[in-house]
Amino acid sequence: MSTYTQKKGFGATLWDYLTTVDHKKIAILYFIAGGFFFLVGGIEAIFIRIQLAVPNNDFVSAGVYNEIMTMHGTTMIFLAAMPLIFAFMNAVMPLQIGARDVAFPFVNAISFWMFFFGGVFLNLGWFLGGAPDAGWTNYASLATHSKGHGVDFYVIGLQISGFGTLMGGINFLATIINMRAPGMTYMRMPLFTWTTFVTSALILFAFPPLTVGLFLMMFDRMFGAKFFEVAMGGNTVIWEHLFWIFGHPEVYILILPAFGIFSETFAIFSRKRLFGYSSMVFATVLIGFLGFMVWAHHMFTDGLGPVANAIFAVATMAIGVPTGIKIFNWLFTMWGGSVKFTTPMHYAFAFIPSFVIGGVTGVMLASAAADYQYHDTYFVVAHFHYVIVGGVVFALLCGTHLYWPKMFGTMLNETLGKITFWLFFIGFHLTFFIQHFLGLWGMPRRVFTYLPGQGLNNGNLISSIGAAFMAVAVLILLLNVIITSVKNEKVGNDPWGDGRTLEWSVSSPPPFYNFKQLPLVRGLDAYWLEKMEGKTGMTPAEPLGDIHMPNSSILPFIMAFGLFIAAFGVMYHVNDKPWALPVMIIGLLITLGSMLIRSVKDDHGFHIHKEDLIDNNNKGVKA
Amino acid sequence: MQAEEKFTYETWPAEPERSTLESKNKFLGFWLFLGGETVLFASLFATYIALKDKVPNPSMPHAKDLFELPLTFVATILLLTSSLTSVYAIYHMKNFAFKKMMLWFGITALLGAGFLASEIYEFTKYVHEHHTFTSSAFGSAFYTLVGFHGGHVAFGLLWCLTLMIRNAKRGLNLYNAPKFYVFSLYWHFIDVVWVFIFTVVYLMGMVG
Repeated sequence: MSTYTQKKGFGATLWDYLTTVDHKKIAILYFIAGGFFFLVGGIEAIFIRIQLAVPNNDFVSAGVYNEIMTMHGTTMIFLAAMPLIFAFMNAVMPLQIGARDVAFPFVNAISFWMFFFGGVFLNLGWFLGGAPDAGWTNYASLATHSKGHGVDFYVIGLQISGFGTLMGGINFLATIINMRAPGMTYMRMPLFTWTTFVTSALILFAFPPLTVGLFLMMFDRMFGAKFFEVAMGGNTVIWEHLFWIFGHPEVYILILPAFGIFSETFAIFSRKRLFGYSSMVFATVLIGFLGFMVWAHHMFTDGLGPVANAIFAVATMAIGVPTGIKIFNWLFTMWGGSVKFTTPMHYAFAFIPSFVIGGVTGVMLASAAADYQYHDTYFVVAHFHYVIVGGVVFALLCGTHLYWPKMFGTMLNETLGKITFWLFFIGFHLTFFIQHFLGLWGMPRRVFTYLPGQGLNNGNLISSIGAAFMAVAVLILLLNVIITSVKNEKVGNDPWGDGRTLEWSVSSPPPFYNFKQLPLVRGLDAYWLEKMEGKTGMTPAEPLGDIHMPNSSILPFIMAFGLFIAAFGVMYHVNDKPWALPVMIIGLLITLGSMLIRSVKDDHGFHIHKEDLIDNNNKGVKA
Repeated sequence: MQAEEKFTYETWPAEPERSTLESKNKFLGFWLFLGGETVLFASLFATYIALKDKVPNPSMPHAKDLFELPLTFVATILLLTSSLTSVYAIYHMKNFAFKKMMLWFGITALLGAGFLASEIYEFTKYVHEHHTFTSSAFGSAFYTLVGFHGGHVAFGLLWCLTLMIRNAKRGLNLYNAPKFYVFSLYWHFIDVVWVFIFTVVYLMGMVG
């Protein structure tokens, strides 16, 4: 079995990735696909800022602006931020709990391919007669009456990728509950694993309402249903409720793993145990719980009445408490630690003030009465970019630098990393800080242009200049990636030198079975404990034995591809195209057929034999 | 214990549905999936309640004009009984009585098919009374909620038959026992959803 370390041709590598069920390779797939969509969403953001740089600009038309703005939001949330988070969850979480893979490796591959094909379908709108143009919230009546197929791409694309995300959530939950290494109790799990756990629970309960909402929208637009048709008894507020019952937990789905990555970073580079571990866990669970209680704060101006608004306002403000607990715990982790300012630590450090600004405006927006003033202005845009860029994107960039060696076996250049950080940090505040004031000065959201002489010129220009800084920062990051990959200097197990958790106790990248012998976990920061006792690795919890591994399969790819085909049939059947119905049926048959094959064909996996494990001593596999 | 191992009545474990790591994962993962399904149906119920009797024209049929309890009663009995027969099947699965298990799963599938037939008959009847998927928001909400449930029953039937045909000649082992068990969980879930549909759609539809 020494073939694992051989160099493979391009075709073999491609086939390997198309059929893989290995969580580390799926992580890389998520990372590449998410990174690609991040660039697409970034280009859309740059177009927005070019259009708004000067008043009365005609860089794009009003209609195209609507499409760009909609696709920027949709792409960034569903196709960039979530997959990149899933990339880190896949890459790190099973290692952190000492597992050999996730609970359902096959389903993990389905999750990825569903997300991928859903995302591709969503973006095909650009080439097939118009992208979605009703905002990322896709409110009914605007969306139900949007001409062309734009919104159809949104509805079907998100439906397919949403299935993938839901299955991913179930997978991570089952993994964390069932597959922790001996001694890895819940209260010894690293914070990133804890946030993955809570996030997965949020996914499980938040995505079904979106599924239903998208079905209703699809039925209205494509099959003549009347859910949102007021003249036929319909009610558009149903969409708002369903969307935000999903949409608000969604922002916690994004931010909790970000908190997890920062918690790891603070502990590693302060070279100190995370301060207040138990209260961090408690705060994570509480945020997850409260996240479901606040959706109507997006609907304060709907007219739900003062009682409903008051309840949701108070519940929203309450979330500030556990979040505040976390902020102080991070500060106290650094306090008295011997802090090393590496690139990841730069992001973590900058995250605290940036995110707090977003939190403060969040509490301002939570005051229902005041919200009537802020609603639908650039103040809201500034607020959510402060929490999402200042929180989630900083965490993704932090995680990229932190976990790059674990995922790819080589370190990103620290100097370039710090240049990226400073450009991104300055650009971010330059872009979005002024938008608070633009909003307060009366600039509404989602407008494609504005008139001169209204006091909005300078603010918008500053904002656009800031966006250019961020674009340059991302380009330097790409340069860094290229340089690092070409050099490809291999690193050892613990390249930062201060790794605390199990993922740093195995080679970079880890062998495909992760742990030759499952490690014995003796406390929080298991690897750090061993290092402090002068050991170089973990104490094994089992004798060396055969390892059971799942087989690779092309079926996940085909299953998702079938839905991709069916999507065209569903969409074009509206135009009475004769081929639409057969295409829909063929697509669904491909998916159901591959499910049947999966069900009928036994798949027992295979065993790596003890003798091969001894031969393979300390040899990592190429990821 | 290995999934491929051969068993006898004596060696068959007490909980064959979760005796290997794979089946433990499957068991837990499926319970979690049902949690998500619960939210899915909750959203559909909420939509239905909000749109009940919302028709563009007061002369169009309302819930109390449409529903007839005898028909719903037959459907309910068929489905509730099928849930009971699937319990018998699992009882025999735990006792390593393969043939009896197959018999009871067969009866379960027949009852499920009966339920589906009664639902199709019911829907055709409503369509003739001009209560259709596109006639009003009420119609859309009704067919979506009840139809999603019916779709689940149809999928469950295909699932049950696939399992029975695939395993017809090879008896029980720790690889297929969890599959049968997970199917029975799904079938109970569908049954519970129907209890709520019976209450919220039909009973509440009759009274107001």
